[in-house]
Amino acid sequence: MEIQVTDAEDTIKLGEIIGKSLEPGSIIALRGDLGAGKTVLVKGIARGLGVEDEPVSPTFVIMNAYEGRIPLYHFDLYRISGADELMSIGADEFLFGGGVSAVEWAERVEEIFPEYTIYIDIKMPGPGSGAAENTREIKIEGKKEWVSSFRSTAEQALPASTR
Amino acid sequence: MRDLILGIETSCDETAAAVIEGGKKALSSVVASQADIHKEYGGVVPEIASRKHVELILAVIEKALGDAGKDREEIQGIAVTNGPGLIGSLMVGLSTAKAFAYGLGRPLIGVNHLEAHLSAVHLEHEAEFPFVGLVVSGGHTSIYLVKGYTEFELIGKTRDDAAGEAFDKAAKVLGLEYPGGVAIDRLAREGNPEAIRFPRAFMGAETLDFSFSGLKTSLVYYLRKYPDPDGERLRDICSSYQEAIAETLTEKTLLAAKKFGVGSVVIAGGVACNSRLRALAKERFEEEGITLRIPSPALCTDNAAMIGALGAAKLRQGETSELNIHPYSTSRPRYFRGRGMVSGL
Repeated sequence: MEIQVTDAEDTIKLGEIIGKSLEPGSIIALRGDLGAGKTVLVKGIARGLGVEDEPVSPTFVIMNAYEGRIPLYHFDLYRISGADELMSIGADEFLFGGGVSAVEWAERVEEIFPEYTIYIDIKMPGPGSGAAENTREIKIEGKKEWVSSFRSTAEQALPASTR
Repeated sequence: MRDLILGIETSCDETAAAVIEGGKKALSSVVASQADIHKEYGGVVPEIASRKHVELILAVIEKALGDAGKDREEIQGIAVTNGPGLIGSLMVGLSTAKAFAYGLGRPLIGVNHLEAHLSAVHLEHEAEFPFVGLVVSGGHTSIYLVKGYTEFELIGKTRDDAAGEAFDKAAKVLGLEYPGGVAIDRLAREGNPEAIRFPRAFMGAETLDFSFSGLKTSLVYYLRKYPDPDGERLRDICSSYQEAIAETLTEKTLLAAKKFGVGSVVIAGGVACNSRLRALAKERFEEEGITLRIPSPALCTDNAAMIGALGAAKLRQGETSELNIHPYSTSRPRYFRGRGMVSGL
């Protein structure tokens, strides 16, 4: 499904709805350019998971962990060169550790993601597209059952933007 | 007191060791940088970083002892960074420090990397407590109220990206080399800092927190409109972008100093080497009659002398560590504390 959000606040709201829909073991692969709003969306996901702290960029430390209704593991693969490297530093223990993993720059290590992964692509408006700078096209893909139940929740909460 | 402390630091890509005498004097300070190795990857690659630390750590410690003219038996305590940083990298220094402490029968002193950055100032100046300290680097942007040699209170931090990260990511989208802060600093010198008005996220006078994510995004927006800058335009972008960071850092630190009524401020960490931040901070704090101390560049970038300096102070307070302490990745290690989990990789 695709959703258009108008600003960062909307992105956080959407993240919160996503966070509420997640179960232990959920993996979210986030893709999008620098400045697309991946960390912003994770701030919302954290809120939806009942995490009290506000996530910060994990670029430097690769992963931050937060306590919530379900633990949140917030990864950033910006500085990772491949699956071997990621696994050799022990990422699998967290990725498949029964918490929720939100992984930024997922496109760098596509092969680690299992079939139940939820993929979220965030697109900035193209220059000259006429769309306001802060709008984002957010594409969400995942298992059919999850997507359809998520769609109905999202349509109620963000009626104007879901498609 | 003439206590001798061995400091060890491996939190990121520098393998460092130093011998500190009396908490104030660095008898030696050895830093083996991996910057050239990581350059080709455009950033620190964690797995490479920890492997390199393993290869270098013993030689670096031996050199630190040799340069100081001291025997390892003369060391009275082993101070080591146990966080924040990359877990794999921290593990190397921490394991080595534990082995030295256990083997020599001397106390182990786990040290916070950010607090140590501020303690670097004691190696060059007499302390004026309390002071406000800004630690600004590739991974961190935090403000502390420092009340004593071992008393640090975190009063502000970044809500998203670190200032150094804002430099590194900007350099990447501008096609400049790693480390980005150095490249931008160099190009900015001949640019116009007022050419482009990038946003400053002050978020009001009630908070001492920072936000650099919006600045990064505004640069991305700018480059989508006006792609592929070079020559004078590239220099103007660098200069304007750097100005936004330097101004935000300086004004927030000044706000903190006024809020807590301190007469002295310390700015430390790798980004404290940025020439515009140094110049602007000097100018602003002079105007306000506040003493500004910035450690010399070799003590601003990651080093072990600062670890030894804080370690010595902690040892004097009896703040030693157990041999089973863990490394931690974030500046907020309270997550999962007590559950035996490590908050990071």
